[in-house]
Amino acid sequence: MARMKFLCDADRCIECNACVTACKNEHDVPWGINRRRVVTINDGKPGERSVSMACMHCTDAPCAAVCPVDCFYTTADAVVLHSKDLCIGCGYCFYACPFGAPQYPRTSNFGSRGKMDKCTFCAGGPEADSTEVEYAKYGANRLAEGKLPLCAEMCSTKSLLAGDGEIIAAIYKERVTQRGYGSGAWGWQTAYRETITV
Amino acid sequence: MQVLKRVRPIGPVLAAAVLAFGLIVAPAAAQEGPSGSNPTAQSVNEQQLLQELNKIQGRITIPDGKAATLEQPRGQDFRSFHEGALPWIGGIAVLGMLLVLALFYFIRGRIRMQSQEAGVKVVRFNALERLTHWVTATAFIVLAITGLNFVFGKRLLMPLIGPDAFSGWSQWAKYAHDFFSWAFMLGILIMAVLWVWDNLPDRYDGRWLRVGGGFFDTSNRTHPPAARFNAGQKLIFWSVIIGGIALSVSGLFMLFPFAYADVNGMQLAQTIHAVVGVLMVAVIIAHIYIGTLGMEGAYEAMGSGTVDLNWAKEHHSVWVEKQGAKTESSQPAAPPTPAE
Repeated sequence: MARMKFLCDADRCIECNACVTACKNEHDVPWGINRRRVVTINDGKPGERSVSMACMHCTDAPCAAVCPVDCFYTTADAVVLHSKDLCIGCGYCFYACPFGAPQYPRTSNFGSRGKMDKCTFCAGGPEADSTEVEYAKYGANRLAEGKLPLCAEMCSTKSLLAGDGEIIAAIYKERVTQRGYGSGAWGWQTAYRETITV
Repeated sequence: MQVLKRVRPIGPVLAAAVLAFGLIVAPAAAQEGPSGSNPTAQSVNEQQLLQELNKIQGRITIPDGKAATLEQPRGQDFRSFHEGALPWIGGIAVLGMLLVLALFYFIRGRIRMQSQEAGVKVVRFNALERLTHWVTATAFIVLAITGLNFVFGKRLLMPLIGPDAFSGWSQWAKYAHDFFSWAFMLGILIMAVLWVWDNLPDRYDGRWLRVGGGFFDTSNRTHPPAARFNAGQKLIFWSVIIGGIALSVSGLFMLFPFAYADVNGMQLAQTIHAVVGVLMVAVIIAHIYIGTLGMEGAYEAMGSGTVDLNWAKEHHSVWVEKQGAKTESSQPAAPPTPAE
């Protein structure tokens, strides 16, 4: 099986937010929730870089470790998913997540945050694949259809790569070798305890 | 890397020149990319940012301000504390206290009244004091059980009842924790106002602590003088007030997530809340023990609000004298103490 990963080539990202829009549209994500976002570092200064970030589907995921109801699971493709039926909206996963991926709807009285929502790597949830109930809770299941995440597919500069870790690492390596520079695979060391050496 | 690749093909003489002017020449060589410049020369570097700030902040175009934090590896520390140290601290505090109390009970036994009951009752806690105590106590027990569920539930209860039932219970436990907290916070405040005066240190505390309050005298004869509250009760009072305020403040941060703190502040609030919480559970277990099973006549004080005169004389001699002086001066028909 593949080991699914995201890789944002920050030297290509132009902060167009197409990935964010594609994600919101594909999964019908509610207002106020962003499964994916683009963060610009050193905005307007020399050396500015934009990075598109969502759940990195970590190896030994911290969110899963701190969850008091153990609602997380990892698929055979190493995608980290969770069950909204089990989630109690406590917010611990957001405290533990290095990437700020978990999102909570309905920020209302006394921290009752509602069920957590996050990037599913377009792989749905624990419900039966490609069913209406799965779509309502977790969004589209593109992986079940043999497709990769839409954010990466929509990326206008092909900055965002999604797919098997070894394949996207090889693509990135080739790019860096060819163009002669690369600011690295953002988040990889934290998420996967390894980085791409060129 | 790129610099080295470009250096290699040039001759040894040039190489020596490059080495000589290394600092100036190297960036110049690197800038000859396909577009005529090396865009990474000045670019932000992930590892460097993490080393400098232990967190990467940027700018975003959505209203959610906390999304501007790109990476916060301190989440890993939160995780290792939460899943590593915390269950141990909690387990040792709670089980350790139960073990100590069980040993105390079996070795020392119940602390009995030395004299016979006088048959005369003295008011020890009025209705407002008892109401405050029991509201706070009920809230604390609910908060303690639902709070411990966050740490130990998935380890102890979930294997027994299954993930679905456990999640359903935990959801209600979380709501209960959120709503009972208000009763607890109010109770702590009123309690502080009601009892702070009688819990200030006085001259009897030193001796009380030196003889351990008579806890270890199996003949039940050691009764160091004490005013309304002895030094042990004062320790409980101040633990409850200080611990209660710590729990309230850190809890308010979590009741209004991200209203007063960023993600690192929330992690800190959760950590303080959890540690103080499990320690308070241990303290209150000891308090419940000595107020019920551990000492004869103690429960009545908070149960009915009155205690037997001879019990009061044994445990709170200074207080009884003052109360007696008050009653005698205001009420001529004070109940006489029967001869023993």
